[in-house]
Amino acid sequence: MAERTFRIWRGNKDGGEFVEYKIDVGPGWVVLDCIHRIQMQHATDLACRWNCKAGKCGSCSMEINGKPRLGCMTRMNSLPDGPITIQPLKTFPLVKDLVTDVKWNYEQNKRIPPFKPKARNADGTHRMMQEDVDRVQEFRKCIECFLCQDVCHVLRDHKAHDQFVGPRFMIRLASLEMHPLDTEDRVEKMRKEFGTGWCNITRCCTEVCPEHIGITDNGIIPMKERVVDRYFDPIAWFLGKVFGKK
Amino acid sequence: MGNGPDIHELQTIEHDVIVIGAGGAGLRAAIECSRQGLNTGLVCKSLLGKAHTVMAEGGMAAAMGNVDSRDGWKIHFRDTMRGGKFLNNWRMAELHAKEAPDRVRELEEWGAVFDRTKDGLISQRNFGGHRYPRLAHVGDRTGLELIRSLQDYGVHSGIHVHMECTALDLMKDGDRVCGALAYWRDTGRFVLFRAKAVILATGGIGKAWRITSNSWEYTGDGLAMAYLAGAELLDLEFTQFHPTGMVWPPSVRGTLVTEGVRGDGGILLNSEHKRFMFNYISPRFAPETAASEEEANRWLAGDKSARRPPELLTRDEVARAINAEVKAGRGSEHGGVYLDIASRLPAEVIKKKLPSMYHQFKELAEVDITRQPMEVGPTLHYHMGGILVDAESQMTTVPGLFAAGECGAGLHGANRLGGNSLSDLLVFGRRAGIGAAEYIRSLTVSPQVNAEQVQAGIRRATDILNRDSGTNPFVIQDQLQDMMGKNVGIIRTKSELETALGELEKFKAEAARVKAHATSQYNAGWHTALDLRNLLIASEAVAKAALTREESRGAHTREDFPGERDEWLKYNVIIRRGRDGEMVVEKRERKPGPAPLVEIANSKIEDLESGKVGADYK
Ligand SMILES: Cc1cc2nc3c(=O)[nH]c(=O)nc-3n(C[C@H](O)[C@H](O)[C@H](O)COP(=O)(O)OP(=O)(O)OC[C@H]3O[C@@H](n4cnc5c(N)ncnc54)[C@H](O)[C@@H]3O)c2cc1C
Ligand code: SF4
Ligand code: SF4
Ligand code: FES
Repeated sequence: MAERTFRIWRGNKDGGEFVEYKIDVGPGWVVLDCIHRIQMQHATDLACRWNCKAGKCGSCSMEINGKPRLGCMTRMNSLPDGPITIQPLKTFPLVKDLVTDVKWNYEQNKRIPPFKPKARNADGTHRMMQEDVDRVQEFRKCIECFLCQDVCHVLRDHKAHDQFVGPRFMIRLASLEMHPLDTEDRVEKMRKEFGTGWCNITRCCTEVCPEHIGITDNGIIPMKERVVDRYFDPIAWFLGKVFGKK
Repeated sequence: MGNGPDIHELQTIEHDVIVIGAGGAGLRAAIECSRQGLNTGLVCKSLLGKAHTVMAEGGMAAAMGNVDSRDGWKIHFRDTMRGGKFLNNWRMAELHAKEAPDRVRELEEWGAVFDRTKDGLISQRNFGGHRYPRLAHVGDRTGLELIRSLQDYGVHSGIHVHMECTALDLMKDGDRVCGALAYWRDTGRFVLFRAKAVILATGGIGKAWRITSNSWEYTGDGLAMAYLAGAELLDLEFTQFHPTGMVWPPSVRGTLVTEGVRGDGGILLNSEHKRFMFNYISPRFAPETAASEEEANRWLAGDKSARRPPELLTRDEVARAINAEVKAGRGSEHGGVYLDIASRLPAEVIKKKLPSMYHQFKELAEVDITRQPMEVGPTLHYHMGGILVDAESQMTTVPGLFAAGECGAGLHGANRLGGNSLSDLLVFGRRAGIGAAEYIRSLTVSPQVNAEQVQAGIRRATDILNRDSGTNPFVIQDQLQDMMGKNVGIIRTKSELETALGELEKFKAEAARVKAHATSQYNAGWHTALDLRNLLIASEAVAKAALTREESRGAHTREDFPGERDEWLKYNVIIRRGRDGEMVVEKRERKPGPAPLVEIANSKIEDLESGKVGADYK
């Protein structure tokens, strides 16, 4: 047990401040364990989302020492000595303490035209080879932690929430467009409504993804290319010229 | 909202049906309600997509026969009955085995992408107690695939989703259900849902124990609300301890290690490096279990004449064996046993087949499972007992109140087979939706909410905030978990169960004085305090039922009554609320199963497969 100091953002939309807490940290603890201990000992009303405590549900997203991370997968011994700063996600409106209002993300999902499968084979099956679904399965690993949405400058700095659905929903679109059974066409919407052109491939989203999904290279760039095949997107066009198509 | 809340000022939302819980069962029920033309509301404590179902790893059981064509519904049914030690509801076990394959196909139709066989079909993996490879899966993240597919399909089918909204009490008009009182977590404000029918899909009760694979949501809300509304509860003594939870470091003690590790060849070793499961094969399973390591290895390599390794016995058997090894002083460094996959499969295959286990041990325990064994031990995982329902419609004993998924009961009997829950959610979630629609169509007048019930619910909740001083809810929950672990654990005795009941009286008194500080907005302490009532009802009901059943069967082990007693196979243990609010326990005689089903369940496997038994039964 060693004592550690935490600076946690406390407040709601009317304002707030960092509050300092000191607790003894046990072996193997992650940041979420520390938050639970703080709730129990010092601040029973501290707001924080969590469910699985194993990196599977994407509830416990927060900014730890300035980096968007999962509280339940951030081990205390991976953080440098000194006080640890914990803040809510910046890109979404604050509800209270470490909890933000992420409803906007659910609205984006609703806008995406749903999966439309082709007919089953005569024997009642759908046949798909494993290698043809590997890529789609990679995208479907997404746990909707929204860390990528938090870090994407289009949303974080430019606040273009009404124009770009963000990396999470770009790979949702990719998972539908690359699904071997799907028959829907979302390319026009991707350009006009979902804002494919906004992404300038900084790869910040890929860096923070706890599921290690190749968001930019495997998802967004191929989608940009599909758009480019039909319309004109200067960045994808440039990439295509310089690096060749994937 | 002071002490005499005016219910006209209360936010009111009206639906035909309200589904409480948005895991697999709730989502599937809501989708069905919507398809049946009902105006459907769906309420959940967390954000959509975060329910327990998302954590399920290994897969969902359905006898599709894609990997071994000898599989079929009768074999799945037989496995389920044997795993449940014959205490299962016969009709539910039959419906489940018959309908599960259609539910898997339907999920595929809604966008789910399961792992494939070489022929491009849905692949199926081996799991404890299942005779053939039967679990449709996606690596070790099947629950995520299931919940996301339902969620993505559901949001386009007109369901009204109310997230981060917690139901407090069910509302009744006479003996019928007519809605639920709830509060929004983000504001702490109350909301009244008026509805002609309510479907409970609230999951389990794991938070009554410290060492558990379950999250904060599992406080038995549905169970307690149903109980208070007058519904009967069934066989609550059957709480499943999964044999393999993490044991080290302490902060992750209880976190699940999927049975898929053993399904893919993982073996259990004690501190002497002995594969001890060969010493724990019970007579019931001996004819179908490998007698030597050599035979077990042949089975794994695909030899169809070999029998399954003993690591794949049912969960109750494996959990008890681990418990016995540790007690005998042959445990691992931190009080578990070793689960070894590293010496069984190449590193690349492990990473491909069990990616999230690899990740979980690497990040949380600094253990590389492709090189080192894992340390594992039993963890409270699942509740077989729950709300008593009608097998076909899922209606409880309260008209208009339905239950599906883990909070319901009947399918799994005394012990659930791995993978039978995800299929349960879809099969009976759908049936609950149909059941609710039929019930609503049969109503002639709409039930009405009674203002006093609403006010009582609001008062109970606000008292916790308004009290001047009181106990810390987190501390009570913590002590309760300790007490339940000690006295209502994996091995039970009369005296410990009686101690538990005595302690629970003290906890109840303490909980009546619980205090939450600050405002009602997103207040973790207040939420925990509100959940305490439910957790205590669930704990007391489990302890009472466990005390009543004087035998050891499946997940319920009584040290003072070892072994299954034929006499007890004739009874269910029913719990309900008495006239004066006291908890009543009843030992109720079971109806005998239909003859053809009894015959199939008890048949020799060769006779079932050759058609000597059960061939005419469709
Ligand atoms: C780690 C883990 C791995 C598992 N792996 C497998 C597996 O491989 N195969 C398998 O078959 N089973 C598995 N299980 C079991 C299975 O996942 C669960 O039994 C199943 O998902 C339960 O589903 P459900 O729909 O009944 O409830 P849940 O998915 O738990 O959902 C409960 C819902 O009810 C809501 N709720 C609860 N109380 C209230 C309230 N008061 N007001 C409003 N909403 C409320 C919650 O918010 C939640 O939305 C696993 C379980 C765990 C924990
Ligand atoms: S790569 Fe695109 S989507 Fe990802 S962070 Fe950068 S701009 Fe945003
Ligand atoms: S893509 Fe990765 S970072 Fe983005 S929401 Fe999904 S899991 Fe989180
Ligand atoms: S609590 Fe589920 S990802 Fe952290």
